[in-house]
Amino acid sequence: MQIYICVKHVPDSAVHITILSKNRIDENISFLLNPYDEHAVTEAVKIKNNNPGSEIIAVCLGKNDAEKTIRSAMAMGADRGILIACDENHDSIITALALKVAIEQDGNPELIFTGKESIDAEGMQTMFRIGALFDFPVATNVVKLDIDADKAIVDCELSGGITDTYEMSLPCILGAGRGLNTPRYPTFPDVVKSKKKPIQKIAFTDLNIKDSASKMSIVEFVPLKQNREPKEIKGDANLVAKEIVRILKQEAKVI
Amino acid sequence: MMKNIGIIIELDNKRIKETNFAMITMARAKNIQLFAFVMDAYAASVKDDLESFGISNIVEIGLAPDQQNNPVIRAKAMINAIKEFNISMVFGLSSAMGKDLLPRIAAQINAPLVMDCFYVDLERKLVKTSQYSGKTIATIQLTGPIIVVGIRPNAIEPIKAQAFAQVLKFDSSNLAAKDFRVIKSGGIDKATNINLSEADVIIAGGRGMKNSENFTLLSHCAEKLNAAVGASRVAVDSGWVPYSMQVGQTGEKVSPKVYIACGISGSIQHFAGMKTSGMVIAINTDENAAILSNCDYYAVADALEIIPKLTKILENG
Repeated sequence: MQIYICVKHVPDSAVHITILSKNRIDENISFLLNPYDEHAVTEAVKIKNNNPGSEIIAVCLGKNDAEKTIRSAMAMGADRGILIACDENHDSIITALALKVAIEQDGNPELIFTGKESIDAEGMQTMFRIGALFDFPVATNVVKLDIDADKAIVDCELSGGITDTYEMSLPCILGAGRGLNTPRYPTFPDVVKSKKKPIQKIAFTDLNIKDSASKMSIVEFVPLKQNREPKEIKGDANLVAKEIVRILKQEAKVI
Repeated sequence: MMKNIGIIIELDNKRIKETNFAMITMARAKNIQLFAFVMDAYAASVKDDLESFGISNIVEIGLAPDQQNNPVIRAKAMINAIKEFNISMVFGLSSAMGKDLLPRIAAQINAPLVMDCFYVDLERKLVKTSQYSGKTIATIQLTGPIIVVGIRPNAIEPIKAQAFAQVLKFDSSNLAAKDFRVIKSGGIDKATNINLSEADVIIAGGRGMKNSENFTLLSHCAEKLNAAVGASRVAVDSGWVPYSMQVGQTGEKVSPKVYIACGISGSIQHFAGMKTSGMVIAINTDENAAILSNCDYYAVADALEIIPKLTKILENG
């Protein structure tokens, strides 16, 4: 079974974001493998263990530096990587097209994973776009997965712990949610081994992706300013509780 | 030229969720016809509510009973309705249901989509949303014959505007989903718990809650406040509450009117999930906790003491 994982190279959530010009951020910061993608890689390794002879391929559309993220995925268990190298950021319409073409050129996917969202753009849609291009069924926020012959049985979380269970035929696309598993972080030998695994580099321009009539383009970034001015509520527990009730009633007007 | 905007209405126990009204308010403008798409109820039962917020067309989408919970069918039915009624902009909630339905629709018709928008410029097709863990606000231009936007719950205050609506029936009972079968449905419109992404008030606990049992203090208080209960990653990773309650970078992103943080220190990752809240009230024993310098009100106190007292006052009215 060939399992493809679409991974994204994203800024570390702890770093400060500096806006350079209207629609560009300073990318000279620490980037890493999108956290939800870690769940996807971990799940793929589990499936590979149950299906000997399977192969896990991490695919990434990104700048040259995104090789680091593919190496992280390989240290966690991906067998090889494909980097679609580009010079600029693309929206999810173009991203899905590029990933689809690269996967199609490479092999025969039985399963394609993504994270349920990326922590930078938070678009939540690339898995559905890949699914539409391949005409494969899609499920997102997958928190449980069983492969049964040519079918995938998945639990998807809606909210508040409520889940739906779906049966999809293979091949299918899965957006990994946090409840899917506990990521297995690589050991030092894993990291060393990952350096020897192959990464195929393709130029985005060689994929001949046509410009789309539908698009999403960033016009402007502005920093989110938090103008909160903390006021202390003083007094014993009773007074504090009373004051909170007053605030909820008179200021927030929620009760 | 007159534009048609289609609004996907979400119901909860056959009643319209409050969060729909702010979404309708955002879509109202001159030269715009509003179409409310109702999939889970008879249009007649929600007509008054929708009219009072300015809806002039209610489209009742009739699905086969055994297909109602199938997200693929729901998306297909919506796509057919979008085409039938010449919709050029689709509005839906960035809710648990919307996070599945809206991208399914956008992907199938190759339309641009931005989720979690708190501002929409109808004329110029510009939207605003947060990116980079809530650290920036991005203005995004959508281009395409049909555009789809997911609206952040509680983004604006709903404003009433009386209209008179015609009810249109749209039969979609003949749709099928190949390759995709629903085995068990948790129930899109049957959720009894108030869900985090749409709650007006959230009361959340962190390390300071100390154990799983203490979280019942929060749920008792939440009942009185009609609030949802959330948690920090520490509380989830300690196994006190399920991960579905987690607010933060890798949990739920929330924007309630009031966020009450109990024993939560306020890491960058936690802020990523709740910084767009209206008012933040923090209770923490540690006067150096990061959250105390980035909130509206704080008490240096033990939430385990304050919360039961708060519940009691609310009980006694």
